[in-house]
Amino acid sequence: MLVAAFTWAELAQQLAAGIREGAIYAGLALAIVIIYRTTRVINFAQGEMATFTTFIAWSLMNHGLSFWTAFPVVLAIAFAGGVAIERVVLRPVENAPVLTIVIVTLGLALLLNGLMSVIWGGANRQFHGPFSTRTIDVGGVPISVQDIGIVAVSVGLVVLLALFFRFTKLGLALRAAAVNPESSRLVGIRVGWMLALGWGIAAVLGAVAGMMIAPVVFLDPNMMQTILLYAFAAAVLGGLDSPIGAVVGGILLGVTITLLGRYVGFIGSTLKLPAALMLILVLLLVRPGGLFGRVAVRRV
Amino acid sequence: MILELHNVEARYGPVKALHGISLRVGEGELVAVLGANGAGKTTTLRAVSGTVRRSGDVVFAGKKLSRRPEATARAGIAHVPEGRGTFSELSVWENLRLGGYTRRGNVKHEARRVFEFFPQLESRLDQQAGTLSGGEQQMLALGRAMMARPKLLLLDEPSLGLAPIVVTVIFEALEHMKGGDGMSVLVVEQNASLALAHATRAYVLEVGKVVVEGTGDELRTNESVRRSYLGY
Repeated sequence: MLVAAFTWAELAQQLAAGIREGAIYAGLALAIVIIYRTTRVINFAQGEMATFTTFIAWSLMNHGLSFWTAFPVVLAIAFAGGVAIERVVLRPVENAPVLTIVIVTLGLALLLNGLMSVIWGGANRQFHGPFSTRTIDVGGVPISVQDIGIVAVSVGLVVLLALFFRFTKLGLALRAAAVNPESSRLVGIRVGWMLALGWGIAAVLGAVAGMMIAPVVFLDPNMMQTILLYAFAAAVLGGLDSPIGAVVGGILLGVTITLLGRYVGFIGSTLKLPAALMLILVLLLVRPGGLFGRVAVRRV
Repeated sequence: MILELHNVEARYGPVKALHGISLRVGEGELVAVLGANGAGKTTTLRAVSGTVRRSGDVVFAGKKLSRRPEATARAGIAHVPEGRGTFSELSVWENLRLGGYTRRGNVKHEARRVFEFFPQLESRLDQQAGTLSGGEQQMLALGRAMMARPKLLLLDEPSLGLAPIVVTVIFEALEHMKGGDGMSVLVVEQNASLALAHATRAYVLEVGKVVVEGTGDELRTNESVRRSYLGY
């Protein structure tokens, strides 16, 4: 079933490409998990939010800003936008059944998608990323600078977030509000604002994922749709409740589908998505909680 | 008076749980709320902290008290609810840090005081709170409340399901806290004799109303109160 000739150098290259894909899925999956943990809702607008902010980056760069000047501006806009969406769109349905909220996020996705078509048009746009596509030699294997850059930025962001959640008072309050909102209020945490903060952080993660992947694919309003499916898969693979799971799930998924697409002939590039979903189905049959999903230990 | 309730009512959906409760807690007092199951003891505490919808006046430290739990916490009320309100997925130390959430700056000093009362907590700082024994969880709940240095502590059934020796430790800690810091305590207890032994004053509730009030000693020695309401 193996196609073409196998070389170790090519395997290493494919691995690097897989990790790069995976880093993008991981970022978006993490955004999904952060919102899911705080509100028990899957945010179907996550992909559109990411694309929207990427378009903002594109516009800024079109007006002469360099990528790295636009980058922090876009992150700030994304954060404010995420917070605003929670306050304005989600707040009114806070106590509604989950299904209602899911429909609201779907509606939000459609709305953002339409807005993007109106503002920027539906055509493909070239997005000039910060990293060159030339390859450098890493231990005898040629790997593109872009791949290394994407992974570095994504991993850097995840590490920053982990430090924030672990070591800051605000990060602790966010986690507390996610696991036990009632008790959080009793210690004085403004839970409503924590939810909004969670949306802000998720939007920032999405913006970074969007700006990283846009140079690899083309920028159009539907850019994130397939990627979001992979990100959902990655989040479920890791166990929807676990941020570490989302990151590991994303990388694992990226590597697996890249290798399957390259080395298993009948999958190629067309059957990647079904193959990924198939894998997850099998895994969930064995471990219903996902890789890192856990049941809280409790003794009374 | 640190806390005054005037004709407070509360309901869960269509069901009225408090039919106009009035009570007072003085500074440095330990006031017990007694009564049978369903009398409205827990609801009284929840009406104060804002975790149930209420009407009527609640005055705290001379000001009208907010109805939002996060605001009552910021005003200086620590509520240890039914089921203790522990963050069971988080570590012991994280629980304590959250207790001091409303305090600015370093909470090391508050933590030291918690460990003086409950030394076992200090050796389990990194342990997941949900894996503590029942007694340790109650200590953690109290410790978490202490971290905020509250003016008023609302305590729901601290003795529930605990060994007598642990109950003693907990009530001794309470005595110290109200003596040393001038903190006031409003405690709901099923175990009336235990509560009255420590309480300055007490209220007995029956179907959402105060039916008897008096000092701990008065209620303890009043034969008919004991028979009809306290069941011993």
